[in-house]
Amino acid sequence: MKDKDPLNIIITGVGGQGNVLLSQLAGKALVRNGYHATIGETYGASQRGGAVMSHLRVSREKQYGPLIAQGQADIVLGLEPLEAMRVLAQYGNPDVIVVSNSRPIFPPAVSSGDAEYPTPEQIGGALKQLSRKAWLVDATDIALEMGAPILANIVMMGALVGTGLLPLGPELFETELAESLKRDRLDINITAFRRGLALVGDAA
Amino acid sequence: MANVATFEPGTAQLLMGNEGIARGALEAGIGFAAAYPGTPSSEIIGTLAEVAKEAGIYVEWSVNEKVALEAATAASFAGVRAIVAMKQNGLNVALDFLMGLGMTGTNAGLVLVTCDDPGALSSTEEEDSRPVAKWACLPLLEPATFQEEKDMTKWAFELSEALKTVCLLRGVTRTSHARGDVRIGESLPPNREAKFEAAVPLQYTSLPAPLKHGLAHQKMDRAREIFEDSPFNWYEGPEEPELLIVTCGSGWFYSLEAVEALGVEKTVGILKLGATWPLPEKLVRRRLARVEKVLVVEEIDPFLEGNLKELVGEDPAAVGAVKFYGKRSGHIPLSGEINPDIVTNALSRILGKEYEPVDADYAQKALGLTGLFTHPRMVGFCAGCPHRATFWSVKNALKMDGRGGFVTGDIGCYTMALGPTGFWQLKTAQAMGSAAGMACGFGNLGGFGFKQPVIAACGDSTFFHATIPALISGIYNRANYTLLVLDNSATAMTGFQPHPGTGVTAMGEPAPAIDIAAVCRALGLRVEVADPFDLKDTTKKLLDLIQDEGGVRVLVSRRECALVRARREKPAYRMRVDAARCIGESCGCARICTRVFQCPGLIWDAADGVAKIDEVICAGCGVCADVCPGGAIIREANQP
Repeated sequence: MKDKDPLNIIITGVGGQGNVLLSQLAGKALVRNGYHATIGETYGASQRGGAVMSHLRVSREKQYGPLIAQGQADIVLGLEPLEAMRVLAQYGNPDVIVVSNSRPIFPPAVSSGDAEYPTPEQIGGALKQLSRKAWLVDATDIALEMGAPILANIVMMGALVGTGLLPLGPELFETELAESLKRDRLDINITAFRRGLALVGDAA
Repeated sequence: MANVATFEPGTAQLLMGNEGIARGALEAGIGFAAAYPGTPSSEIIGTLAEVAKEAGIYVEWSVNEKVALEAATAASFAGVRAIVAMKQNGLNVALDFLMGLGMTGTNAGLVLVTCDDPGALSSTEEEDSRPVAKWACLPLLEPATFQEEKDMTKWAFELSEALKTVCLLRGVTRTSHARGDVRIGESLPPNREAKFEAAVPLQYTSLPAPLKHGLAHQKMDRAREIFEDSPFNWYEGPEEPELLIVTCGSGWFYSLEAVEALGVEKTVGILKLGATWPLPEKLVRRRLARVEKVLVVEEIDPFLEGNLKELVGEDPAAVGAVKFYGKRSGHIPLSGEINPDIVTNALSRILGKEYEPVDADYAQKALGLTGLFTHPRMVGFCAGCPHRATFWSVKNALKMDGRGGFVTGDIGCYTMALGPTGFWQLKTAQAMGSAAGMACGFGNLGGFGFKQPVIAACGDSTFFHATIPALISGIYNRANYTLLVLDNSATAMTGFQPHPGTGVTAMGEPAPAIDIAAVCRALGLRVEVADPFDLKDTTKKLLDLIQDEGGVRVLVSRRECALVRARREKPAYRMRVDAARCIGESCGCARICTRVFQCPGLIWDAADGVAKIDEVICAGCGVCADVCPGGAIIREANQP
């Protein structure tokens, strides 16, 4: 899959999880190293607890449009497990690779008692059956352990890079973190990134 | 850290479409930029504001879009290139000035960027702003790629100066709020010798109007000639295609993918137009003459489609018989946003070519497995949002009053009170300022048996944008209503931009902070100010105001946006639920915290039958402790 062009990645989650920053950091690293990258983002009202999805498309050859067509995702990165599952219904295919955070964010319908959130077994099962390979990782727990739940997005960025499916190695993404983040936040983000790297195995 | 002003020419940078427009403006040597924020346009002027000092330019958040355009036009008249940006609704606000400006003309390059929101992802309406170009006699550009966002913006200034008129540049959500790699060019310094000189009488007016209207049409003739050779219009495909796609803006990438997905590169051609009004007639006729079938791919309304048909109708013999497919034929929907799948399906239907994007077995399995949970994630107020607390008090005050009172609304974060997290309290949401405007009408129906109390809800930025004239109209005409200003000290919905009440300018300079309560008092009104987190006091003041019948009275519900505060401070409280005191379903509260109050920081643990705090999401505002009738939600003050 490393040679697939374009490589179609969907990063999904809930408003406030740092989805946009994650896709932007990954995209900047790729452009800095000579790749074409396009990111389509859902924004605006979606910041307020709605589902947020970024489509990241990577190519050696040319620039692609900001939206991935149905069934064409190569990698789904879920910052929230229910959203990862939902993305597969629209963009999945038997060869897709999935890495998802295990920690749910309950939609209002669940809090209000109008709906039940699927069990971890149901979600894990769906992700496995609808992919070539799927990992559920405890990114939020790691981030909480490190003292700031927002770091889960950088843990997940590490996990994405850890699959070995992106055309750049981890050191080039770390360079991007150093270029883009504030000095006083760098060390903790590098730690989060490395903890994410270690969560998954090579899927290439 | 390099930014849009300091990027090295020749390097490739990942830029958001709106940042590309900002960079293009700097490469054109602008000196002046103005806007009122509106998704998906806000980052254009926001980006320029961040680099204003380095770039030596002036940037402002104006009070509304009309003032932004007026201010930028003044810069143009004085010889300084200027850019102004707005969303589609904003263009409506600026339109009164723009129609006359099309006849008046300009001096230094003036570019108006309008960003439409197909699918209304962040809007209260879906609107295509392009017909304004035709209506006001203005040239229209529609960038399709990230590079074009930048390059066409730069070119738009040259075009504006060549024609001496405003140039419109139209973006959509998927071009403005998407990122791609862009090759950076050289930037130019602004003109530092601004001077206003009207050499000819009436030069900077639209008078005499018939004469200036005629001149505006002549400018369009000239634009048409320029567009014939524009490098932003091109054709790709076989010389005699079976079908021609004519497209612009975001439709270009989708069309390319549709052709690729169906493998019809040898039989389908694509005419990509960057300059879409006035149409480059010769170029378009030349291509239409070689085909019998045309599919038009564009966002929102069939604007390009209609103009192509008009062109064919003017001289049918020059083109021959052409069958058009697009929005009118039903192959592309007339509402909502388009995407690669919609275009591929349209193409496959016209060509009679099978297309199955997803393996049928997989699709069926996916439907079964993911169909476990079908509830959408509704947008709502954030954890700790002061608006949720305000609308809680609104709901209770109206209930206590008991006369069927209701809330008129308009546009901002508080529009979400149309839904469950604002307890469905808002009943109308049309335009900026229309809460107060509509209250003027409801509040003068007393002679027709109307007895319901009316609350008009507006935000702080909206107060300045368009509420003030409606408020004065209501006072003058003795309308009977309560104005509720939800003052969270930011233009929160669009990205927390400052406004006249915040004491700071777009460029970060200190400014006089205009006090909303003082403005209302100066108008002779009774004004109360409340902290929405004090539910008891807010409810009491609101109830008292509602019942203080006759004329306009005001409650300012003032508390900083939780997201803005969280950037600076730790949460005020650490929240927990005392499991012994939360007796769940047997309490009689019917789970008021999670079922009704619906803060995302509260979750209902069905297995244990108790409410819980989600520590990842809770903002520590403490309000839910006052909502719980059993005293089971405990707040403990955090050390500041």
